[in-house]
Amino acid sequence: MDHLYLLIPALPLLGFIINITLGRGLIKDKAHLVAIPAVFLSWAAAMYTVAQVAGGTIVSRDFYTWIVSGGFSVSAGFLIDQLTAVMLVVVTTVSLLVHIYSTGYMRGDKGFYRFFAYLNLFTFSMLMLIMSNNFLQLYFGWEAVGLCSYFLIGFWYEKKSAADAGKKAFIVNRFGDFGFGLGVFMIFLTFGTLHYGPVFQSAPGVLAGKTVMLFGQSVPLATLISLLLFCGAVGKSAQLPLHVWLPDAMEGPTPVSALIHAATMVTAGVFMVARCNPIFSLSPLAMAVVGLTGAVTALFAATIALVQNDIKRIIAYSTISQLGYMFLACGVGAYGAGIFHLYTHAFFKALLFLGAGSVMHSMQGELDVQKMGGLKKYMPVTYWTFLAASLSISGIPGFAGFFSKDEILWKAYSAGGIGTLLWVLGTLAALLTAFYSFRLFFLAFHGKFRGGHELEHHLHESPKSMTMPLTILGMGAVAAGWVGLPPFIGNALGVSNTFGAFLAPVFGNITESAASGEIMITGISVAVALLGILIAAYMYVWKPGAATALKEKLPAVHKVLWNKYYVDELYNFIIVKPAFWTARNFIAGTSDGKVIEGVVNGVPRAIDSFGRKLRKLQTGMLQDYAAIMAFCIFAFIAAALVFWKTMGG
Amino acid sequence: MVNLGYAAGYPVLSTIIFLPVIAALAIGLIKKEKTGLIKVLSLITSLLVFAASVPLFIFFDKTTANMQFVEWYSWIPPFNIDYHVGVDGISVLFVLLSTLVIILCVLISWNSVKDKVKEFYMALLLIEGAMIGVFCSVDFFLFYVFWEAMLIPMYLIIGVWGGPNRLYAAIKFFLYTLVGSVLMLVGIIALYLHAGRDFDIQHLANMKYPLSMQMWLFWAFFAAFAVKVPMFPVHTWLPDAHTEAPTAGSVILAAVLIKMGAYGFLRFSLPMFPDASRAMAMPMMVLSVIAIIYGGIVCLAQTDLKRLIAYSSVSHMGFVTLGIFALNVQGMEGGILQMLNHGIVTGALFLCVGIIYDRTHSRQISDYGGAATVLPVYAGLFMLFTLAAIGLPGTNGFVGEFLILLGGFTANKAAGAIAATGIIIGAGYMLWLYQRMFFQSVNPKLEGFSDISAREFITLAPMAALVFWIGFYPDAFLSFLHPSVQAIINRVQPAAGGNAVADFLRLFA
Repeated sequence: MDHLYLLIPALPLLGFIINITLGRGLIKDKAHLVAIPAVFLSWAAAMYTVAQVAGGTIVSRDFYTWIVSGGFSVSAGFLIDQLTAVMLVVVTTVSLLVHIYSTGYMRGDKGFYRFFAYLNLFTFSMLMLIMSNNFLQLYFGWEAVGLCSYFLIGFWYEKKSAADAGKKAFIVNRFGDFGFGLGVFMIFLTFGTLHYGPVFQSAPGVLAGKTVMLFGQSVPLATLISLLLFCGAVGKSAQLPLHVWLPDAMEGPTPVSALIHAATMVTAGVFMVARCNPIFSLSPLAMAVVGLTGAVTALFAATIALVQNDIKRIIAYSTISQLGYMFLACGVGAYGAGIFHLYTHAFFKALLFLGAGSVMHSMQGELDVQKMGGLKKYMPVTYWTFLAASLSISGIPGFAGFFSKDEILWKAYSAGGIGTLLWVLGTLAALLTAFYSFRLFFLAFHGKFRGGHELEHHLHESPKSMTMPLTILGMGAVAAGWVGLPPFIGNALGVSNTFGAFLAPVFGNITESAASGEIMITGISVAVALLGILIAAYMYVWKPGAATALKEKLPAVHKVLWNKYYVDELYNFIIVKPAFWTARNFIAGTSDGKVIEGVVNGVPRAIDSFGRKLRKLQTGMLQDYAAIMAFCIFAFIAAALVFWKTMGG
Repeated sequence: MVNLGYAAGYPVLSTIIFLPVIAALAIGLIKKEKTGLIKVLSLITSLLVFAASVPLFIFFDKTTANMQFVEWYSWIPPFNIDYHVGVDGISVLFVLLSTLVIILCVLISWNSVKDKVKEFYMALLLIEGAMIGVFCSVDFFLFYVFWEAMLIPMYLIIGVWGGPNRLYAAIKFFLYTLVGSVLMLVGIIALYLHAGRDFDIQHLANMKYPLSMQMWLFWAFFAAFAVKVPMFPVHTWLPDAHTEAPTAGSVILAAVLIKMGAYGFLRFSLPMFPDASRAMAMPMMVLSVIAIIYGGIVCLAQTDLKRLIAYSSVSHMGFVTLGIFALNVQGMEGGILQMLNHGIVTGALFLCVGIIYDRTHSRQISDYGGAATVLPVYAGLFMLFTLAAIGLPGTNGFVGEFLILLGGFTANKAAGAIAATGIIIGAGYMLWLYQRMFFQSVNPKLEGFSDISAREFITLAPMAALVFWIGFYPDAFLSFLHPSVQAIINRVQPAAGGNAVADFLRLFA
């Protein structure tokens, strides 16, 4: 049983290999019968392993040596500690539920086998990412999940928008990976290894006081490494300014949005920062950058979500915003709180997406919330689970999101300094979160159906394969937070923050005591959440004309938000267009076409005249070629003969 | 003279050099109408040569930088010219790549070459003998004979069996290479005279030359090798040659021929002119970084499928020369591995282009679209090679690029960091190409085409296997390199020992 953990990534990989090779010809619409058992057994092995970790058994071993070159050596290996254990729970559980859900959602799609193959491959890649014991294997998983994301966003590749979105996700992520890669180089050059153990252990000693010169500035090495690594996180977790790929990623099938673009892959950046906490913690500047990026992104994305009408894009911006909270937490050193929010978010956000998928399933693929309404009576399971998720994300006490968000805001506030600013931004974002979540909820499920009679006839609750995962995730969205009670509740009940205590070996033991201020902060959080819900109820239930009236009153604001602050347009203008313009007009046309060919050498001109002469020779007559070839052969024969003679002599 | 015996029980190197030549002569005796027989004979020959080269992989002693499988006879005694062949850890890999690639070239040409079949396969086999000879030669004269011998059949393959503009491309290829070669010949003669009339490469590589002489010779050899690589700005023959050459020609060019430039740097320039190499490392790295970025950006503007992949070669070979002139172990081993990788991946991409070209007879990217729907298996394989080309971890491309960038970054932070932007551009042009060819709605011009045949699948399969083999277990190939690369490093960097970590830590101390 010692090596049981190897099955966790191996089984989904096996499922992928079977489906990708045999799926098209042999397995076809039975692909889920391969993929789901693979993930289920992987989940079971993961649960067993997590139990082992809870019992104190940490796995840390190298599997085989991957790359050796001179003084550089890196292994494929695994580290399964408490942090990995939390990620294992999230990844395998959500993956399993999404696999099950997809059997219903993707039924009848001609790429059915391909879809399950990719889901399996993604699960494998994500598991390799979180189970790695070194930076290079982390990078392997990091790029591999990006690849799966590319495949799955562009799953319906015949649609140009889908193909574009997949490519955009990949390339935008490469911008982040560029920094991440340099960070990995810096780590190797500084520590002489890429393995977590030695790097993290020696980080405080090795990095202390070390600086590098960068553009004439003296920069602490810890800051440089942290910020380079953080570039990768900004790309993968869709933070400002690299957030632009995630809303477009909604072109992918909805189960993909739930699994990859909400619960797991996009949280990899948070995981990475948390994993590297021994390095980040050495640099106050890097921590401030992480926290501010998170807080500003949280608020920024929430404002965009206020006005969007595409159900999936609203949730996508909400994801960007919630990821911002996780970085906010990391920025104030509350890694445990960040991971806690990652964990609760996985449940309620996957639920929101799968609920949206259920709605789309019923609405024949319609995404516009303005065309929905009154779905409550047609889709009771979807309705109630969606409500649970919305309450959870809004931070209503008792629901999962409340505990984690509350812990983050409290940690930010109590950190003082920049933390106070982060708390203000976070609390504002919390108000907006509650509003846009319930705007979506009321528009979709309450009021009158606005999609026309034709569509209304089709409305139905989704099949069991889809509602079952909704129900399970719904339970998670309600109850998952109770493992991390804040001290002022925990003390009253006589239980401690089990989640925080579980992660203490990774993040250090943060002593928790009930502080008088905490109740006040919690009170403010709850108040803004309720306020947000009330405003949403007022504008979309009680006074349906209010939203339009407000939009007409503030047209400029609405326009900017509706167009997402024109960030895409900006990038198009400053990066994409100049790159192609340069390539077409300058480099390929002028430089390679005229300058280099013309100036660097006179060969082309010589060729022209030489060519004219040779053309007489090159009449296509066989003899000419034969003659030249004969010459070639002759050279060989001559060589061989002389050789022979020499040997004989 | 000395004959060190044969680990495999027979003279492996002479066998694989001359077996194709003899077969080519034999084919010359066959009537030209018997194309079936000619093709079968060529295939059998290429398979036999490959089989005969396998012992190189198995019996190679990875603990030494010495030449192995050596055969050494006096050839033209008055001039001290020897028939002296052998392989070290670097050349052995390219010999193996050559013998493999020729099999694939025979297979891919099976139905697509219809004109002058006999002459085509003769030329192919002659190239095989000559290019294996180039990698095995330990005598400079012998090396030059093979180097030039390779040029003629290659020139014919482009000029006779190529596309519409083949003549221009063939002559351009010929002239560029010839000009470079002539300068190298001058260099070889200078070395020969300086060493007291000796062509022995190992001897020449262990001598001490005055710095001024090293400089002159470095640039003389640079002319030959930079054209072959091709390095910026002498790369413009490559897009034309690649584009106009028939599939087999493009594959040989990409997989083996342009490797000879980088091989030349490793075999001659660095060990023979260590001080000049060290002094010129920075300009070389700058040229490499320019090639990476420039080649990548040019790719964005291409509308011709083969031209795009040709320009991507300029970018990829920029990585190779960057690694080599980083002058540390990681960079150099990464560079050599990347030579191999580029041969595999770009070779495979050209095979892929040949497969689709046989159906559509178009190289224009705009004539494609939605090919994933029409040819799903083909699309999957093309995707695999695309991913390897953009260096995704788990493929061979990643290992090479990572080591090169690590070595480059160690040698010069700015060069390494700027070169690393190449991975963004690379993803850009390759994925955009893939999208235009395979995604979106099906181009009516593609409708009705069949997916790849068994023959075509077999042609791509070895390359696909190598992508993963090197990607997940690069040690199988890197382990050949360690002693040979260390020997070069010791020669070029006698003081530092080429240990990247030590160098870097010293900076911070």
